[in-house]
Amino acid sequence: MVLPATPKSWYLPTKPHKFCPGCGHGIVLKALGEAIDELGIQDKTVFGCDIGCSLLSWNFFACDSIQTHHGRTTPVMVGIKRARPELITIGYMGDGGGYSIGSQHLLNAAVRNEKITVILVNNTNYGMTGGQMAPTTLPGQKTETTPYGRDPEITGYPTKGPEFVAALTSDGAYVARGTVSKYKQLKRFIKNALQNQIEGNGFSFVEALSTCPTNWRTNAQQTWSFLEDEMEKYFPVGEFKSPLGKGEK
Amino acid sequence: MQKVIEKAGKAFLTGNEAAAWAALAAGAEIMFGYPITPQNEIMHYWTRLAPKYGRGFLQTEDEISAGFTVCGAVQAGKKAFTATAGPGNTLMQEPFSMAEAMRLPLVAIIQQRGGPSSGTVIYSQQEVTLTTFGGNGEGHRIVYSTASHQEIYDYVIKAFNTAWKYRFPTFVLGDGYQAKMREPLVMYDPEEKGMEMVKPYPLVGLEGKIGEGREPQHLCNIYSMEEELYEVVMKFAAEYEAIAPEVVEYEEKNCDDAEILILAHGVVSRAADDAVKALRAQGIKAGYFRPITLRPFPGRQLREVIAKSGAKKMLIAESAYGQFDRLVKQEIYGETIPIYNLFMPGVGIIDYDIVNKVKSIL
Ligand SMILES: Cc1ncc(C[n+]2csc(CCOP(=O)(O)OP(=O)(O)O)c2C)c(N)n1
Ligand code: SF4
Repeated sequence: MVLPATPKSWYLPTKPHKFCPGCGHGIVLKALGEAIDELGIQDKTVFGCDIGCSLLSWNFFACDSIQTHHGRTTPVMVGIKRARPELITIGYMGDGGGYSIGSQHLLNAAVRNEKITVILVNNTNYGMTGGQMAPTTLPGQKTETTPYGRDPEITGYPTKGPEFVAALTSDGAYVARGTVSKYKQLKRFIKNALQNQIEGNGFSFVEALSTCPTNWRTNAQQTWSFLEDEMEKYFPVGEFKSPLGKGEK
Repeated sequence: MQKVIEKAGKAFLTGNEAAAWAALAAGAEIMFGYPITPQNEIMHYWTRLAPKYGRGFLQTEDEISAGFTVCGAVQAGKKAFTATAGPGNTLMQEPFSMAEAMRLPLVAIIQQRGGPSSGTVIYSQQEVTLTTFGGNGEGHRIVYSTASHQEIYDYVIKAFNTAWKYRFPTFVLGDGYQAKMREPLVMYDPEEKGMEMVKPYPLVGLEGKIGEGREPQHLCNIYSMEEELYEVVMKFAAEYEAIAPEVVEYEEKNCDDAEILILAHGVVSRAADDAVKALRAQGIKAGYFRPITLRPFPGRQLREVIAKSGAKKMLIAESAYGQFDRLVKQEIYGETIPIYNLFMPGVGIIDYDIVNKVKSIL
């Protein structure tokens, strides 16, 4: 049997990974692994993950890795980078961790143009705690804490992360939104975000639209159609800011 | 307000579900919360039920916000509450401390999980110190430690009354086992049972025109002078001590002739109760004492039990590494009864564990 090639920077004793079948986290982490390989930064990378399903990646890479608190990955990575600027620090988190409980850290790291890379997985809900509303939950979407559908009158409209990070950062920042349905593009964005940190230009941020069939309670076809037809319509995919040449919209 | 429980009746529920029903039955008007295991289902049931009874809910951006929104809502005169656990309880210490400083009738249900840090999402009794004496304050809080689903229901209802009557932040301290297990209980309407529910009232947004008939409200929790703060804290301390005898609750069994006293709180007290029965069946005279209020603590009652039993030894059992033990010791300072421990941080304790420990120390 020929197994698909795994990135060199993956830590094989922890594979197969523990995400649910059909989960997008694995795809994002594959793109990240390949980007780390291609840039040759495995030995100087520090990977930090949040609490959320992202924590299942705490021993995912053959890179030095730190699991932090829910929402606190960004400041932990900032601390590492400020202490050791030669290291490449990657914060990996969910939309709850990044846009809700950790939003002040994301905001302030963006404003200070911290030279770290943040990769945030947007699956429109709180995966790990069993499917509550996230800042990214779409209007009308049912979750455990919006059992009658998200009502923007009560809870506002979904957070558009890259848009707000782009608005807050100054020159040198890299900001993009990719999707697990467009793997090559997502990988390019992640690689750009790492390259931007290597060059020391500024804050680098990629949101990845992702799937959570377990909490969406969707089959394979419904999962993909929610991602491509609903999410990608609401959350435009592309580069919002790039010092690396012309941004692609 | 619409009646929630028309007729008292038996139910078979998880503790989280019982807590949501109890808050509804107590007339809670709004819940603020942030997801965390093992508390989640309080929110899940509340979000399903609340709209049917015209009650509100907001999922805040984190626990700091959940706690402070409760502070705001009670200042506006509404019965509001939150629920959390573990690291969420840590974050809520900031708003809890504002509630302490401003005497706000905040109600919080804490379903303890393993710690420190993210720990486990399962169970512990490791939030005793945090819940009783957390924050930068003096522990002017009321903390009920429940042991069964019936108690979760009873004490969530009672917590609203206690909070609004005495105006100290009030906590119902459960745990992951109580949160997630199913157990039979009786649900009732508190007023049908003859309980008078204390009416909430606002501190801001009062009736009347400012300058004519009412003064503007200026509420603050910071002072310019050391002496001002001193006066405030001393007044709170005196008031807390004055109400403590009315608030204190405890349970004691088989203590009169006990040679060994077993102390436990919360769900572990059920194991202690069973252990006492098992030990007595084997001819060992064991008794059991359980504070229901961890703050204020039934210290006088415990001293009396020690004295009347003439027990030679005392065993403190808890699913933490000595948090309850410290609480007990500070309350019975000066007693000379030898104290033994069964500390099992973050894991459950059953009667067998206690029986074995007792036999090893007798
Ligand atoms: C202070 C604190 N509050 C709450 C939690 C509980 N908690 C664990 S994971 C999580 C949400 C995860 O959702 P998200 O960040 O969107 O990531 P996902 O699981 O969807 O990948 C929450 C609320 C916690 N661990 N710490
Ligand atoms: S719960 Fe959702 S986000 Fe978490 S591993 Fe499963 S599919 Fe992925």
